[in-house]
Amino acid sequence: MRCRKCDQKAVINMRHHKLALCKEHYLEWFVAQTERFIKKYRMFGREDRVLVAVSGGKDSLALWDVLWRLGYQADGLYIDLGIDGGFGYSRESKALTQAFAEERGLTLHIVNVLGEYGATIPEMAQLTHRGKGKPCSVCGLVKRHEMNRIARDLGYTVLATGHNLDDEAAVLFGNTLTWAAGYLRRQGPVLPASPGLARKVKPLFRFYERETAAYALLRGIRYIYEECPFSVGAKSIYYKQLLNKLEADRPGAKLQFYLGFLKAKEEGLFAAGKETVPRMHTCPVCGQPTTAPGKCAFCRLVERVEERKELRIKNEE
Amino acid sequence: MPAKLILRNKTYEVPHGITIKQALKQLEIPLEEVIPTKDGELVTEDTHLKDGDVIRLVAVISGG
Repeated sequence: MRCRKCDQKAVINMRHHKLALCKEHYLEWFVAQTERFIKKYRMFGREDRVLVAVSGGKDSLALWDVLWRLGYQADGLYIDLGIDGGFGYSRESKALTQAFAEERGLTLHIVNVLGEYGATIPEMAQLTHRGKGKPCSVCGLVKRHEMNRIARDLGYTVLATGHNLDDEAAVLFGNTLTWAAGYLRRQGPVLPASPGLARKVKPLFRFYERETAAYALLRGIRYIYEECPFSVGAKSIYYKQLLNKLEADRPGAKLQFYLGFLKAKEEGLFAAGKETVPRMHTCPVCGQPTTAPGKCAFCRLVERVEERKELRIKNEE
Repeated sequence: MPAKLILRNKTYEVPHGITIKQALKQLEIPLEEVIPTKDGELVTEDTHLKDGDVIRLVAVISGG
């Protein structure tokens, strides 16, 4: 297979775009497309301070690399979750993220969950009996809170994540199966800023997962290849596999599914019904917005963790 | 000598002469979920497998 642009040997074939490219033209195409999507969906401009949430995985590091090449003011945020999984998952992903930032002279903020809140993510889940043996819901809650906190405290106007099209299509698929209207209404590549919260954007949302991986590999980005040990059997992976079966027979099906959803939303398919926008309150502890009066879910979690730790110490005495 | 495809430390043997796409189909590995590489370089799925070729498949699905 030959590169559409220069006739050299192609390294990737994107059947949904009917486009095969060589290494040089693929890297060029990927960066140019990202810039196009940032502008098309009005994600941010050169004046914005962007905080990129980096996990050490292929998507977030590819995103940070592209934003850096495009000359945006993009700093990184790594949240050390304290997950080991028998192979030092968090330790390894942090080391890769630090090496990435150092090689490019980029600013990286690191939040250590254990240091800040006295317990790792798996410990928090265990202490509070949340998540039926899996810490994923605790992990999501902590990550969202910490990303918002750092963005607000350090004055970032935009929070960028490395979600790709497969991530978005899998979430959409799950929300459609249950007709989760509230989630469907909110899903999109840009979540506008609201009081106390930075704008959230997903600049890679139109790239297939295969394409972000190809970018990282071709660019020589060293990323964590092993999956989070708690992702085994995750619903999102199952949905991705189902959608990939569809894609194999109908190239472009995933892209069409997601872009069709965005278009339908724009045309009013999910017009507000009975559900009204909840009145937001301010958490008296952390100051972040919350849907109910009193402490937010994160502060209640931290409080429970502290209580259970104290109780455990007393019982041991 | 057959060609080898390696995915996450698991090695599969396939006859040479067929394409990577055909080999993946035989092994029921979805093309959407892997990137084939040969000698550290990315290769497209229409590449014909030669005698003794070793193709490393990089898994791309992540989630949780």
